Amino acid sequence: MSKVNNFSTTNSHWINWFKWSSPSTFYPVAGKLIPVFWILTAIFGIAGLWVSFFVAPVDAVQGQGYRIIFVHVPVSWMSMLIYLVMAAWAGIGLIFNTRLSSMMAQALAPIGAWMAFLSLWTGAFWGKPMWGTWWVWDARLTSELILLFLYLGFIALQASIENPRRADKAGAILALVGAVNVPIIYFSVKWWNTLHQGASVSLTKAPAMAQTMLWGMLLMVLCFWMYTIAVSLMRVRTLILEREAHSDWVRQLNEVKQ
Amino acid sequence: MNAFVTIIHRDLLLVMRRKSEVLTALFFFVVVTSLFPLGIGADAALLRKIAPGVLWVAALLSTLLGLQRMFAADYADGALEQLILTPQSLVLLVSGKVAAHWLVSGLPLVILAPIIGIQFDLDASSLYVLMASLLLGTPVLSLLGSIGAALTLGVRGGSVLMSLLIMPLYIPVLIFGAGAVYANSVGLDITGHFSLLGALLILALAFVPWVSAAALKIAIE
Amino acid sequence: MTTTISATSSQSNDVLQALALTCVRGERQLFHALDLEVKSGECLHVRGANGVGKTSLLRLLTGLSKPESGDVLWNHHSIQEDPKQYHRELLFLGHRDALKEDLTALENLEMYAALDGISITSEQALASLWRFGLRGREELPVHYLSAGQKRRVLMARMAIRQAKLWILDEPFNALDVDAVQALQNLIAEHLRLGGLVVFTSHQEIVLPQMRVLEL
Repeated sequence: MSKVNNFSTTNSHWINWFKWSSPSTFYPVAGKLIPVFWILTAIFGIAGLWVSFFVAPVDAVQGQGYRIIFVHVPVSWMSMLIYLVMAAWAGIGLIFNTRLSSMMAQALAPIGAWMAFLSLWTGAFWGKPMWGTWWVWDARLTSELILLFLYLGFIALQASIENPRRADKAGAILALVGAVNVPIIYFSVKWWNTLHQGASVSLTKAPAMAQTMLWGMLLMVLCFWMYTIAVSLMRVRTLILEREAHSDWVRQLNEVKQ
Repeated sequence: MNAFVTIIHRDLLLVMRRKSEVLTALFFFVVVTSLFPLGIGADAALLRKIAPGVLWVAALLSTLLGLQRMFAADYADGALEQLILTPQSLVLLVSGKVAAHWLVSGLPLVILAPIIGIQFDLDASSLYVLMASLLLGTPVLSLLGSIGAALTLGVRGGSVLMSLLIMPLYIPVLIFGAGAVYANSVGLDITGHFSLLGALLILALAFVPWVSAAALKIAIE
Repeated sequence: MTTTISATSSQSNDVLQALALTCVRGERQLFHALDLEVKSGECLHVRGANGVGKTSLLRLLTGLSKPESGDVLWNHHSIQEDPKQYHRELLFLGHRDALKEDLTALENLEMYAALDGISITSEQALASLWRFGLRGREELPVHYLSAGQKRRVLMARMAIRQAKLWILDEPFNALDVDAVQALQNLIAEHLRLGGLVVFTSHQEIVLPQMRVLEL
């Protein structure tokens, strides 16, 4: 609370910012926002799937099966985006010593890991009809696998440290180090791929996409984005209840009183 | 600067008094590399092909084995708190500890590797490239490892967790290091690999001690 | 007496203050809005039941942990402002000895002196060890020493260190009657020269200028 005192004499913007970073203020707000994001998820999802299945043309070479990229590509992008957002929240929590930011990072991690896993899984389903194998050491897939390891490491580290504040800060350092390393890792994997004459057909060398395909992917990205926000808000609320269980305002909540 | 030398001297002295820990990790390197021919077969051409990867992965695993040692003993007997409370810069002390770790865990690998490389039928130029790549790469391994060691101090199951945390970070070093030896063996240019290894080393030297010092302070809170 | 070249004088005006310290460990709040002040020549004995937060308070005063809220001030400046300067004037002894078991007592002393930025000769280090009854044991690896003897090595370090503020967590543990007396004398001498001491102990200790804080 001394942080609020420090900034009270300056710009009133600062007070409001730190007020929102208080779990007790954020909890009800998040609760109201969750249904909004679920609705947005449904809207974008329906629109995206409709475009993917009915509007986008059939691919000459790959037939109907290629449509799985409408899940694979958005999910890959989301897995990378979520990692950056997670690292950013963790970093804010580390620098400004705000618990809520760290909880947000903790909430996002499993979602990101799940997206990375889906990316690998859908990648395998896409690859199997094409090359006859479930896995290929393509640069993108390999980087995605390493990203999954980074997520799992973050989750494992936070799970292993008992003191929640120490877990927050240690996780933040790991996430930030990981975020800095992701471009380095991606670059090195690409290098490795070209050096060892990897598969000549690559998931990234997709044929020029029809406009409708891009629209389909964009809609699906938005769908997954809304989904991520909805689920992370739900998870953050649960985390708040768990970690602030000893405080008065939590004990007074209707959910807890039951 | 004096503190830097003092801490290296202290750590080396401690290792000399209890050599078994260090020798175990080096012995591990030798044993693991010997397992591969036993598992795959003694075909010289095949061994030559897998040698860069095998030797580099074994070096990586051997480094991981010895990483716990960096901070765990000081954490357990309270010396780490004293180090943090000295008037010295913690970043300098951490750099010293990493340097001492490398001298004891990394440098011996650089010297041992060519001997093992002969077992894999590598020719002389490949052996030189192997040594050079390890010489640039093992300090990076010690540096990056210090982050994992600092983050997992005192955590249950810490050493396995630490390995899982650090391995993704090790991948670029592995790719450029082993890649250099492989490239040399097929006659490709290796300057790119070494420039990248050098760049990784410089980046690591510049940033990692600061990150590890922050992680140590968090661990001790 | 010849080994201690103390820079502090009884005219020094150092003061350690804690303002509105709140400490949270896990889910429990150990103490809230705690104030304390220790001046030159004064000694504070922190008492309380096990688990009440004595060690946590001491660690907050050293800067190893950060408080949930509140500040620790050394000579009216927050200890976060210039930690290295604060560390130069601070000596902290925790529960564990922080002696490297594989090094000898002499090597430990010299190593810590070098890290603390104190330049001493071997003779001075030896003299300090002998002062605390360790003659003949200076060259033994520390793991051969008894718990009480290890504490005496720490006393030798305290004498050499020339720190103004001593924060000691359970320093009288595992000490026999003679050693307790030796430590009390050492602390009294430090106070006489204008130093400050904050310590915890379960035992009844009598020291000049001593105040008690019950947590």
